[in-house]
Amino acid sequence: MPNRDPSRASSAPPRREGEDSEPTVVVEGGLAKTNEPVSSAVAEPEAATRRHEPHEPPRQHLPAKLFEKRTKVHNKRVDGPFRRFKWFVMFVTLAIYYGTPWIRWDRGPYAPDQAVLIDLANRRFYMFGIEIWPHEFYYVAGLLIMAALGLFLVTSAVGRAWCGYACPQTVWTDLFQHVDRFVDGDRNARIKLDAAPLGPKKLGKRAFKYTIYLIIAFWTGGAWIMYFADAPTLVRDFWAGEAASAAYITVAILTLTTFTLGGFMREQVCIYMCPWPRIQTAMMDEKSLLVTYKDWRGEPRGSVKKAKSEPEKFGDCIDCLQCVAVCPTGIDIREGPQVGCITCALCIDACDKVMAEIGRPRGLIDYATLDDCKKEANGEATRPPWKALLRPRTVAYFLIWGSIGFAMLFALGVRSHVGLSVTPDRNPPYILMSDGSVRNSYTLKLRNMESRPRDMEIALQGLPDAVMWIDTTGRDGAARKQIKTVPADQVLAVRAYVIAPPGTDTDDFSFRLTSRDEQKESVETKARFDTPKVGE
Amino acid sequence: MVNKRIDGPTGTETVGHEWDGIEELDTPMPRWWLWTLYLTIVWGIVYVILYPAWPLVDKATEGVLGWSSRGELAKEMSVVDQGRVTMREELSRIPIERLPENSKMFTQAVAGGRSAFQVHCSQCHGSGAAGSQTLGYPNLNDDDWLWGGDIKAIEYTLTNGIRAPGVEKTRASIMPPFDGVFEPVQLEAVVNHVLSLSGRGSRNALGAQTFQDNCSVCHGTVGEGNRDLGAPRLNDAIWLYGSSHEQLRNQILKPKMGRMPHWSDRLDPVTIKMLSAYVWSLGGGEEFVEVAADPAVKVDAEP
Repeated sequence: MPNRDPSRASSAPPRREGEDSEPTVVVEGGLAKTNEPVSSAVAEPEAATRRHEPHEPPRQHLPAKLFEKRTKVHNKRVDGPFRRFKWFVMFVTLAIYYGTPWIRWDRGPYAPDQAVLIDLANRRFYMFGIEIWPHEFYYVAGLLIMAALGLFLVTSAVGRAWCGYACPQTVWTDLFQHVDRFVDGDRNARIKLDAAPLGPKKLGKRAFKYTIYLIIAFWTGGAWIMYFADAPTLVRDFWAGEAASAAYITVAILTLTTFTLGGFMREQVCIYMCPWPRIQTAMMDEKSLLVTYKDWRGEPRGSVKKAKSEPEKFGDCIDCLQCVAVCPTGIDIREGPQVGCITCALCIDACDKVMAEIGRPRGLIDYATLDDCKKEANGEATRPPWKALLRPRTVAYFLIWGSIGFAMLFALGVRSHVGLSVTPDRNPPYILMSDGSVRNSYTLKLRNMESRPRDMEIALQGLPDAVMWIDTTGRDGAARKQIKTVPADQVLAVRAYVIAPPGTDTDDFSFRLTSRDEQKESVETKARFDTPKVGE
Repeated sequence: MVNKRIDGPTGTETVGHEWDGIEELDTPMPRWWLWTLYLTIVWGIVYVILYPAWPLVDKATEGVLGWSSRGELAKEMSVVDQGRVTMREELSRIPIERLPENSKMFTQAVAGGRSAFQVHCSQCHGSGAAGSQTLGYPNLNDDDWLWGGDIKAIEYTLTNGIRAPGVEKTRASIMPPFDGVFEPVQLEAVVNHVLSLSGRGSRNALGAQTFQDNCSVCHGTVGEGNRDLGAPRLNDAIWLYGSSHEQLRNQILKPKMGRMPHWSDRLDPVTIKMLSAYVWSLGGGEEFVEVAADPAVKVDAEP
């Protein structure tokens, strides 16, 4: 029975119990203005605007308070479908983070066998079957664009799901909170321990807890550097004291940040440091899913006993504060959507459990869009939450995101693994030889992007009478084609001399580079042959 | 006008300003934010103690660590120098004629030679080693060599110079001036004959005879030149001092003869080796042939 009292739900937002001041309603120019919080059920643009329309509010001065002490969050253990999903996401993301560098991927004898490797020293990025060279950095840019669009997509579909489940800050905070629970006990025990004077028992517990913190933090920093070098080798070098100083510095910094941000800063990062909550508030609208408290159903709050004696006067919320107790950022979701809410949905689990115990329908706190909240408050039919996913904006984001991904995969699939750049000698532009012929010199850069040495053929296209030789053949070996072995995964610079008989005109021609293997990859680069004689 | 009030939903004071109905909450900063301020102050103090910080009249305070960007540069330079010393030592041990076979050493020698060339040689031969016809500096990119174009001959030329005064082993020879020796008709005939060697002038008996009598001793019977004497080839397309009738006449009557300083007392042998490798690599370098092992020439002493 979601709408036991439609008349109450559709009326002005209910007053909070225990609020000492009357709602301040000022009538100005025929408009009633109020300072009352706006229910999510009536969250229409006008409501928010009217609330802040200029009028004379009651004057009141608070003592100047520049800084506020953080109230420590001791979130309570809870179980439910969202908690289990959070466990699952945590397991998967941590497994990916810690495990990925250890996956091996055979690339033959000339390339590293680590599946994911950012080889800064040699300027290569390996990701399973893909190898990116520095000049192909646009693939990485594409990946970053996809990551950004992916966030837009997720936000438009399911609100701040990234914040609630997958963000590293959330995952590590969750991990550290489990450590707290493991060492110090659940919420009440932790509050008690915090208040207790520092004795040997507390000291021991703290030392134990911080040791676990440090181990996790060190492990996290240590896993990071594994992405930048061969993991087994690096581990050995690291403990032998032979790794690069950058490795030790990186591990130290990341250990420190993980220890601080995960162990102590926690929700402060989300509320004060992270820009994403601010960006997301701009990206959400009344059709975005968010975790919301259905105040028209819950208010006014009253205990089970009170509700039994006067069932008409009280809503479903029994003010048990379980939703506050389990919240990892320590907010009260009943105050409405707010920047501190990371939509982890643990309060839904907690509230559903309480509702089941007292025999009231689940979903007093639930995933819902503001549109649906309004409809539900008015007693209209609502759509199931999953249908909120299918809306034009989400679909458009998905199509853009998907097509970028598809285009990148396509481009990666058809890209050429050879390359040729030609730099002509400009000083002097040409050389007259003793037999009267004209020679031009070029520096060719042959690029072999395969992880094996390849024989490549350099051929002249155009300039029918010209022949060429390269630094290793000498003029005796001058021909229309030259063959050169390019080492695996490297660029080879070759000096090429093109010689044409007397009387040749200045002309455009090109070098063609062809791999002499089954791929027969080929690339052509334009060049110019200068002679003293300029053709018409 | 400051118009502070308590915002209902949040219970927080506003900053007291209002723009078209938009007000700003005066939310207190978290306490730890203050710690970051103290932390930066501590960091600043530590930094000032450890690193150069306070500017004084001619320099800054030095800092306990004694770090300076100049010192850092000197350290990096010394690492580079160390590498260069190793390379030069290795280079000094390789006989020059074996150098092109060692591709790694050769590449480094060419790179070193290129920068030495820009400092010591480009003034005459040009930065691209193309020389200058008007000034008579030979082009080093082509395949025409007055004194030999294998790597060892180039090194000999660099070490001892050409017509360098006071150098015993310098490459020296002289083209005698023929001013007043030939009749005008005879002169014109020999100019035509010389041009005909490369297929440009008209062949004539008088010219051929005169050439045979006066020039072929050094330049060869068909004008093939003589590298031992530095006598240029006359039957090719390259003319150091120009190929017009006028320029040829001048060269016969009042010959110009190039000079090159010897570099043995100005550059160390390794730099000369690198320069040789660079010049040899420009595209006209010739294979070193064992029979020409001693490029030292036996010529008459400079008069």
